Amino acid sequence: MNVTDSLADLQGLLTAPGIGATACAGVAGVEPCLALPAAHWGLLAELAADAGLRHAGVWADALDADRLRVQALFAAPDGYLLAQTEVTSAHPELASHTPCFPGVDRLERHAQDLLGVRFVGHPRGTVRWTRHQAWPETVHPLRPGFPLAGKAPGRTPADADYPIVRLQGNGVFEVPVGPVHAGVIAPGHFRFQVMGEDVLRLEERLGYVHKGIEKHAVGRDAAGLVRLAARVAADSSVAHAWAAAQALERACGTEVPARALHLRALLAERERVANHLGDIGGICNDVGFSFGQSQCTLLRERWQRDNATYFGHRLLMDTLVPGGVAQDLAATAPERLIHAHAELRRVLRGLFDILDDHPPLNDRLLTTGILKHDTARLLGCTGYVGKGSGLAHDLRHHAPYAPYDRLQLAAPVVEQEGDVAARMRVRMREVHASLELLDQLLATLPEGAIATSLMPRPEGCGLGLVEGWRGELVALVRLDAEARVARYFPRDPSWFNWPALEHLILGNIVPDFPVCNKSVNGSYSGVDL
Amino acid sequence: MFRILNQVARTGMLTESVERPDDARLERLGIELRRQVDARFGHSLMIREVDAGSCGGCEIEIHALANAYYDLERFGIRFCASPRHADALLVTGPVSRHMEQALRRTWRAMPAPKFVIAAGDCACDGGEFGESYACCGAVDRVIPVDVRIPGCPPTPLCLIEGLLAALARAAD
Ligand code: SF4
Repeated sequence: MNVTDSLADLQGLLTAPGIGATACAGVAGVEPCLALPAAHWGLLAELAADAGLRHAGVWADALDADRLRVQALFAAPDGYLLAQTEVTSAHPELASHTPCFPGVDRLERHAQDLLGVRFVGHPRGTVRWTRHQAWPETVHPLRPGFPLAGKAPGRTPADADYPIVRLQGNGVFEVPVGPVHAGVIAPGHFRFQVMGEDVLRLEERLGYVHKGIEKHAVGRDAAGLVRLAARVAADSSVAHAWAAAQALERACGTEVPARALHLRALLAERERVANHLGDIGGICNDVGFSFGQSQCTLLRERWQRDNATYFGHRLLMDTLVPGGVAQDLAATAPERLIHAHAELRRVLRGLFDILDDHPPLNDRLLTTGILKHDTARLLGCTGYVGKGSGLAHDLRHHAPYAPYDRLQLAAPVVEQEGDVAARMRVRMREVHASLELLDQLLATLPEGAIATSLMPRPEGCGLGLVEGWRGELVALVRLDAEARVARYFPRDPSWFNWPALEHLILGNIVPDFPVCNKSVNGSYSGVDL
Repeated sequence: MFRILNQVARTGMLTESVERPDDARLERLGIELRRQVDARFGHSLMIREVDAGSCGGCEIEIHALANAYYDLERFGIRFCASPRHADALLVTGPVSRHMEQALRRTWRAMPAPKFVIAAGDCACDGGEFGESYACCGAVDRVIPVDVRIPGCPPTPLCLIEGLLAALARAAD
């Protein structure tokens, strides 16, 4: 079936008299947008699943003390459909989408913990996700009456009685890991059910770095929101800031100058290269190949020093502002950067050549941590996790936003094997693709302003969609009557990539967990919010 | 194998051969750091790092300390896996309430004398996140802090300077 047709078909089915969805124009940046009665929320998921669409996330929004709006985004390879419904705060019940789309399990529980939406038919019932013990089950931080400061709970106890699913049987034992890990990494808890060395089951428990980002966003102005977005997850600082800025600009109907868009893409591709280099090194390190690690870390360090020199920050934080970018590129910079790209390409040719066929490395990476194509599809994985398992979706190609709609793009990088090696190869090829893009962006850099002022539009609402280095990244922004932020929800690709880790580890040995984990590299901060 | 040796040879010793001004400063700092570590900690300082709600930025820069340019280990400073082996605790993030207890337990597991370094604006004073229903608002709200390294995130050089300050403090 042609997939554009599948979006149109679904729209047709939903707007048929039996269901009665109506088109609504409330959210800028996504078309079509349909409002449907709460009673048909479950049917929506069934129809979308039948149409072969991907679930790209669900989130809730407290419109006032009495009404909650719930929105779900569905993706076809070349377009999106946003569906929304409303429930009352007193009876906030909706059918769960998780039975059809297991990838939205945690997103639904996040909406449950923070806004009190009950998803009926959710396979885990009402088990909490983002909430540990910092606030009671009966209150919801994103409801209007809840103060940012909370209720001064005193010492917050550990979340000791979270119900982990256990396996029983002769010789089955449990390995608990975290939240504080052995290395310099973010906190999370992993519970392995193991027999001998083989992993029979892995359950992730995250939420440890929940900082209340969505609550912090409420009441901010545009500049404050973009600064916050840059800190949702530092490794995706540009991607989150861009998605938030794009959502704001769409909500306010602001046209960003062409030069600013080019500079944003330049920043985003630099972020991609830095992180891919870091991950390639990390994968090498996790199988004891320290040569690969040390080469990649020094390349990354040079890259970050150039970030500081030409863009003002090693991690490119706060380089984006609403309406454009914060700093222009010096006149001499393009030439020097193109030179640096050529130099990196030269070094990488030798390095990647080694990483590609070094027998000890192949022994560890090939056939390790296989994520099957169908599982990746069912979960809705994007980025290198999806691409490593044959899913080509890449926003820059399939739903290109400016400036990517004006660039010459090679086809997205895809590998079929789904193992750690495939995810590493995707990264290596994407580094080269980004270097090409960077050269192209510099060669075609338009003249003109680097920012325009954003005219805040009261009650505006917009959706930002950006291809971050981890994959498809979404941001929803809704403004209130004073044009301050009423709702900000950043949907990191890690929401869908983390569950993939629980699947791809099965049947592998415990000592291969670090490298499997690194090959997925889900963001903790990006999903704990 | 030859390709690897070739690549290594071509890469050379970056830690010494680069003459950017900040590398010169690093060298000075490094020598000073080495002296302090020798004098006060029996030639080695073990650090346990805990992310208590960071956005990950501070961790990226702490990781950078291990790369060939900074090579922190040459000064006798190492990151260790267990708090029981640690002389110092390096904490990032505004201490999310969900990490509060884990941080306290990690600190308790360290042998005395122990000292605590708060790295990054969030850890020093709450930074962008501050105190809220979800965050304690700074490391010293939960455990005593000896040294603060500001920055969002602090650069690797700032971190090394901060470690120097920590060593001086620990001697007091
Ligand atoms: S100080 Fe900055 S980089 Fe460090 S955790 Fe806080 S926001 Fe992130």
